[in-house]
Amino acid sequence: MVNATYQREVINQAGFDMLSICLSQIEKAKEAFINHDSDLAEEVMNIENRVNALDIKIEKDCEKFIALYNPVAIDLRFIMAIRKMNFDLERIGDHAYGIAKYVVDVDKDIPTHLIDAVQFNEMFDTIIAMFENVHDAYENKNVKIARKVFKKDKILDTINFNSFKIIEEEILKDNAIISEALVLFSVIKKFERVGDLLKNIAEEIIFYIDAEILKHRKKK
Amino acid sequence: MAKQITISMGKKLEKPLPMDKVVDKSLKRTHTIEVNDAKVWYDDFMAIKGIDMVIKPNTVTAFIGPSGCGKSTFLRLFNRMNDYVDGFKMEGKIKVNGRNIYKDKIHVEDLRKEIGMVFQKPNPFPKSIFENVAYGLKIQGIKDKKLIAERVEKALRQADLWEDVKDKLKKSALALSGGQQQRLCIARTLAVEPSIILMDEPTSALDPISTSKIEELIFELKEKYTIIIVTHNMQQASRISDFTAFFYLGKLIEFDKTKKIFTNPEKQQTENYITGRFG
Repeated sequence: MVNATYQREVINQAGFDMLSICLSQIEKAKEAFINHDSDLAEEVMNIENRVNALDIKIEKDCEKFIALYNPVAIDLRFIMAIRKMNFDLERIGDHAYGIAKYVVDVDKDIPTHLIDAVQFNEMFDTIIAMFENVHDAYENKNVKIARKVFKKDKILDTINFNSFKIIEEEILKDNAIISEALVLFSVIKKFERVGDLLKNIAEEIIFYIDAEILKHRKKK
Repeated sequence: MAKQITISMGKKLEKPLPMDKVVDKSLKRTHTIEVNDAKVWYDDFMAIKGIDMVIKPNTVTAFIGPSGCGKSTFLRLFNRMNDYVDGFKMEGKIKVNGRNIYKDKIHVEDLRKEIGMVFQKPNPFPKSIFENVAYGLKIQGIKDKKLIAERVEKALRQADLWEDVKDKLKKSALALSGGQQQRLCIARTLAVEPSIILMDEPTSALDPISTSKIEELIFELKEKYTIIIVTHNMQQASRISDFTAFFYLGKLIEFDKTKKIFTNPEKQQTENYITGRFG
């Protein structure tokens, strides 16, 4: 079983790598978006290839692990969870790519007052905190920390919900900012999706540790 | 103080009786097995340290655990195979259909007609295929050739061996392949129409194809029989059993539905064993 333990650790490390690289992609994409830094945005777009390559590596390693080592119990839940987490992280990478692409394609700065009005930075900080929770929960097999992600996702949902009205009001005040406002609205939508994906990842971590399925559970 | 078990082989039958009159009726039909605080010693060594278990009818129950954990000893309690081991002592109750099989009154031969056993290594007699399957019926005193031929065919069909051997029933059983020999042993067990079948690592000496045939057979047989199987193969336990019992150092650590044991066991020791972290 030594080889199985080693292979499992290889997949585990690749999971951490995927988490780190996707966090970095989101941070860089946000930085590029706020500062309208097209060089940084292009870096994000280039690194997307690495995200995709890592995604395929994890997928193949998981397939190999299932075929060769017939995992059961916690090993089976680990492999099932990491496959789904990998899928969700790859989608987060896609959103970072999408944000970076706006920076490259749309040659306009987003007005600061608009960014402040929709609480864009707060949204980003919440996402970073969710990433940290996910990382800690996964590393320390801590369900309690994983559950913190759910509360934070609600913050993102609220910001996303309010942004529509705020952006509408800002456009009514000054219709010269329509295209910037629409780009900002799209990025907020992407951040909201990133939040959903991080929530899914937290659910997968809970499944891995406690064998509890939270997906599609109705709110009480 | 542990009770010394004496072997009660019963009296020899004076004249042959029809099959259904030979078997102790209290052991027939309902096959629930109930174990209460079973303890086993081989001289001073305590092999089983107080086990309680209920095995439901028409289920496959797998016993797993590292070598020397007591799973085979526990299995052999059900048809009193340990009685022959020197220094064997037993305490507690094992009830089949509510009747304690360790009572002196129990006729061990009758018990073994009800609770058949298949061993690790195929062990056909050096006789013809037909004689092997008919053996149990003949020692029961059945002489009706037509009845014996029917039972032999039925048992061989149940063991998925009929098509392979129907044209060479008079040939030696030793000429069959390992997998076929094991299915022949299963047929020999089925011929006397037991209600419970004990299997002690029945596929450990077989290739994957023969193993797969035996596993399919077990799956089909559970409709009519209660099956208990000792296996070292975790995948086999998870593939074929409804319930799994994990033994360690003579104790029953966990006994639950197989899907629970192999996805989310309650005990850390069970998880460590099935995931290959010890044992």
